[in-house]
Amino acid sequence: MTAAAVSTESAHVRGRKYRSMSRDRRWALRWSYLCLSMFAIFFLMPPLYMLITSLKTSAEISAATNPWWVQHPTIGNYLELLGSWQYLTYFRNSTLVSLIVVAITMLISVPAAFALSRMRFWGSVVLATGVFLTYLIPETLLFIPLFKMFAVINEYTGIQLINRWWVLLLLYPTLTVPFCTWIMIGYFASIPKEIDEAALMDGANYRQILTRVFIPVALPGLIAATIFAFTVSWAQFLYPLAFTTSADQLVLPVGIITSLIKGDVFNWGQIMTGALLGAAPPLIIYAFLMDYYIAGLTAGATKG
Amino acid sequence: MVDAAIKASPLAGGLRGRAVLRRIMQRRSTIAFLMTLPLVLLIALLVLYPALYSIRLATLNKSMERFVGFGNFLFLFKRETFWMVVQQSCIFAITAVIFKALIGFVVAHLVHNIPARGQRKWRGTLLVPWVIPPAMSCLAWLWLFDPSYSAINWLLHLVGVGPVAWTGEAAWARFSVILVNVWIGAPFFMIMYLAALKSVPEQLYEAAAIDGANWWQRLRYVTLPMMRNIMAITALFSLIVTFANFDIVRILTAGGPIDKTHVFATWAFRVGIEGGDLPLGASVSLFMVPILTVAAIFILRDVHRRASEMS
Repeated sequence: MTAAAVSTESAHVRGRKYRSMSRDRRWALRWSYLCLSMFAIFFLMPPLYMLITSLKTSAEISAATNPWWVQHPTIGNYLELLGSWQYLTYFRNSTLVSLIVVAITMLISVPAAFALSRMRFWGSVVLATGVFLTYLIPETLLFIPLFKMFAVINEYTGIQLINRWWVLLLLYPTLTVPFCTWIMIGYFASIPKEIDEAALMDGANYRQILTRVFIPVALPGLIAATIFAFTVSWAQFLYPLAFTTSADQLVLPVGIITSLIKGDVFNWGQIMTGALLGAAPPLIIYAFLMDYYIAGLTAGATKG
Repeated sequence: MVDAAIKASPLAGGLRGRAVLRRIMQRRSTIAFLMTLPLVLLIALLVLYPALYSIRLATLNKSMERFVGFGNFLFLFKRETFWMVVQQSCIFAITAVIFKALIGFVVAHLVHNIPARGQRKWRGTLLVPWVIPPAMSCLAWLWLFDPSYSAINWLLHLVGVGPVAWTGEAAWARFSVILVNVWIGAPFFMIMYLAALKSVPEQLYEAAAIDGANWWQRLRYVTLPMMRNIMAITALFSLIVTFANFDIVRILTAGGPIDKTHVFATWAFRVGIEGGDLPLGASVSLFMVPILTVAAIFILRDVHRRASEMS
């Protein structure tokens, strides 16, 4: 940029125009950075404040000092939570549920997406559209009838489904499978037909085409779908709130809200610590696999 | 699965029957059927059936023994709270989506403007609100909005603005839930719009610049028409998700003060699960269906058009 400025120094009318353009550009860039910084502050304020509060003692929180500054940083909140049986139970439940749901989701959606994208059969187009529409039915519409259904099942078979963490393994796939199937259909459809024709000619059966050709080729899509399934399961709040109640069955989001908030007494240091630790797994995954994460997000719309 | 069936066949018993079975198992449509069966079962049993069952449920009385027809709906129509919930759901969803779209649009342009090598970092930072589970970030907002220790009020106090009752006063509480929703959702719009911006061919801008178009004309006649599709789809998706939102209102205000911030989902939970009146709760949540259907029709139209463009 300095070179450009020097070279235009000697030039006449045309040079002046160039210089003003580069100056405009520079100002536009400065304004962009300024505005972006302001948006970044707005977007990062709550997580930052979580971190600040989590490092404070209860005494410091209730003292009327600058809330945005930590006078005596302590990791006491972290030690206390990580040593508490309750919080670890929530964390274990959340981890178990999320990982198993990811496995179930992949086992259901990958073969289905393969069949829907490659093996035209009666009703396949309708089914593909139906899968997409299912994604549009929100869980807030389904939790009440599901609650009643579980009660009826209990009445007839004696199997208790309410207040069991594993019942979430049945429910979460309804949130993850449609979208994962949909993005896998998109990724599979982008694989050239010649590849599976060649594999068929070599005598491969459908299972071999799927496991030896499609899954390796569509691995980025598979990773994006896995991340999506994990983050959705980890963050889900309504189903566990409606269907689980006792402390040993709760998952993290509900656990923090119901157990750390006791009556009107809010232990904010611990709540923020618990929330920050609960937000950590998705954030860590995001930090390492950002491109896949974003690919998964945008695939939903660009493919749909 | 297929292999197991084939390997099992050489054993004794009706050889012709086995052969027929084997042929059926190897047929393409059979394999495809088996591959999609878990998906179909899952959707049928845990999505479609409950959705239809909620209609049936909505026609029963509280103890679910007697058929009352439209009784629950008529009861709702007579309650003032219900109309408040309808109004609040619409205000909440529409305002939030508009602001999410606006902020997403502006931020996407800002990120697109800066040199390419810095974009990744900014994009990564700005998407963080979307990555944090909403239940967790809502807790942080609840703490920021705390009546006596609000850190936002502390900052406002520095510039001489009096304490704001973020979740205590009806108008502010409505503002707060929308603010938090915008905070969570705007980054998603930003990512989608940024992807759309990247897909606009550079030559179009060059051609516009040669024709002497200023930035507004470039935006109006090049960028917006090229982005229109993604903008519409993103807004529709977001409208559905926002309309059916539960977490934010539940955690921030739990519907209060005096039911002023309830949306359909939270009120259905209050009435159905906490109040023990499942049929009434089902009726409340069924009111989400009309707007969902309209949005779904628009999205479906787009999906079909794209599908026909692809093939």
